[in-house]
Amino acid sequence: MRFVFTKLGLLLLTLWAAVTLNFLLPRLMPGSPADAALAKLAQNGPVSPATRAAVEAQLGVPTGSMFDQYLQYLGNVATFDFGVSYTFFPQPVAGLVAAALPWTLVLVGLVTIIAFIFGTLLGVLAAWKRGTWLDTLPTVGGTFASAFPYFWTALLLLFFLGYVAGWFPTSGAYGRGTTPEFSVEFLLDAIYHAILPATTILITSLGGWILGMRSTMINTLGDDYVTFAEANGLRPRTVAIRYAARNAILPNLTSFGLALGGVVGGSLLVERVFAYPGVGYLLYTAVTNQDFPLMQALFLIITISVLLANFIVDILYGILDPRTRR
Amino acid sequence: MTLTDKSPDQKPMTDVAGPAHPLAVLWRAVTTIWSVPKARIGVVMLGIFILGAVFAPLIAPYDPTANDFGRSEDMTAAHLLGTTAAGQDVLSQIIHGARVSVFVGFVAGLFSTIIAVLIGLSWGYLRNVTADVINFIVNLFLVIPALPLMIVIAAYLQNGGIGMIILVVVITGWAWGARVLRSQTQSLRSRDFVTAAIFSGESSFRIVFREILPNMTSLIVGSFFGAATAAILAEAGLSFLGLGDSTTISWGTMLFWAQNSNALLTGQWILLFAPGLCISLLATSLSLINFGVDGLSNPRLREGAKR
Repeated sequence: MRFVFTKLGLLLLTLWAAVTLNFLLPRLMPGSPADAALAKLAQNGPVSPATRAAVEAQLGVPTGSMFDQYLQYLGNVATFDFGVSYTFFPQPVAGLVAAALPWTLVLVGLVTIIAFIFGTLLGVLAAWKRGTWLDTLPTVGGTFASAFPYFWTALLLLFFLGYVAGWFPTSGAYGRGTTPEFSVEFLLDAIYHAILPATTILITSLGGWILGMRSTMINTLGDDYVTFAEANGLRPRTVAIRYAARNAILPNLTSFGLALGGVVGGSLLVERVFAYPGVGYLLYTAVTNQDFPLMQALFLIITISVLLANFIVDILYGILDPRTRR
Repeated sequence: MTLTDKSPDQKPMTDVAGPAHPLAVLWRAVTTIWSVPKARIGVVMLGIFILGAVFAPLIAPYDPTANDFGRSEDMTAAHLLGTTAAGQDVLSQIIHGARVSVFVGFVAGLFSTIIAVLIGLSWGYLRNVTADVINFIVNLFLVIPALPLMIVIAAYLQNGGIGMIILVVVITGWAWGARVLRSQTQSLRSRDFVTAAIFSGESSFRIVFREILPNMTSLIVGSFFGAATAAILAEAGLSFLGLGDSTTISWGTMLFWAQNSNALLTGQWILLFAPGLCISLLATSLSLINFGVDGLSNPRLREGAKR
């Protein structure tokens, strides 16, 4: 139990650091959100002092010392008050984020779990059959596929399966004219729309799991207890699965949490290509429109999600391997 | 595995004391990497890309920025890969695009690795409160998703071009290498040769960078190639989102323009296919070379060696 509390303390500390980083980033940069918004307005004509004051008030440009701003910011974050988006004016940022988050969470979460299971199995096989085609094919294929930029895989699938073959929808998360609801029809429609984005993430992230599992498995195969098990005449499959793979999977689990950050980043690009209404597409929209309040909130929510996922993996790791609880 | 592995031409112990000539060390490293088939393919591929990047103005059939050709032309003898929607020659752009990717990969990879070595080694060697603080900072940079952080910083810096992209990639890219190097330093610092160096009164700085560092050559080279790969992919991603300078000719910006000019609808698949393939091949070549670096400081890890 003490182990859980230590991890929880660390999580809170990391969360605080992430929130603070989010606060410092715009303030370390040249220019200010209000200036950017005013610059956009100025493209349409001269900005009157009254408009200027209105924009600064709208965007909540804080006055007072840095410390006061920080306290106010912490208060805003604690109450999920991220201000008003000015791309989707006058919708509050929190509502926009809440609408986009489930799409990304389900997409990335499910695909990551599938990729982890498949990749680990292939990695075990590759390490055990080292030097045969069962090793070469997944290793070389995985290396090559993990070098694919996410958005490139996405563009190719979109072009060939979406536009040329016409098998899959080319954008969105559900058909036009349908509204999100809990019905079998809508669910099937959503799955149909998710196939191409999901396949993209799967293709690109699978290689990492294969290679990671293969290398830890090879290290484990060199351990004395594996040699001992072999010398005892146990069946090769028993040695591979029950002895080596079982111990090799643990180090691979820690990279699960860290790789998640990369997969989330990749999914942002994938969502941009497929116009998938998740966090990534919203972030893209925010960035291209210089919608700083929305961008800040999205970055924060993405970071917090990844931190929480890591925390869960840490706890799982502690349950599976008692040695790490110290 | 231990004594029997000694090759017959191994020099007697007395000769080992004198350090080898730096060029001899480099040559040995190259031959070690070359001896691994996968890495050999990687070296050849990387060599082609570097040559292409260096001699781009000589190889490319046209000026990559010239836009006085027909728009969105298909593949013809005059334009082997066709032309863009703005009337530029695609092949020339591909060849010139190699410059940005190779440059960003090497510079960002180099800076990330230098930071990773400095932090990773001192962090692994130290055993006081400072180590805990560094631990926290490195873990923070590891768990914060890199691409969103890059996107946010790039959005604030507004079209900063290649310099900005390198800066962003280095800020987000050093932590992984630092962590890998830290754990190896920790395991090396309890070895006998380090204890011997401590007892002979060597300074901590010398122990870390002259005794421990040479034993980690493969890891350092490996993290360089890893960081370079990440940098190339990051540059492509940021340029594709239009966050770099969209007038620079790079593979990422080519994809940006391809999607924005609806190459998907006009059926010019080569506009999407070629730049992405180049990015993947360049990144693959670096990953393939990484298969060979394991043997640099530990002959036991050479591919094909029996376990």
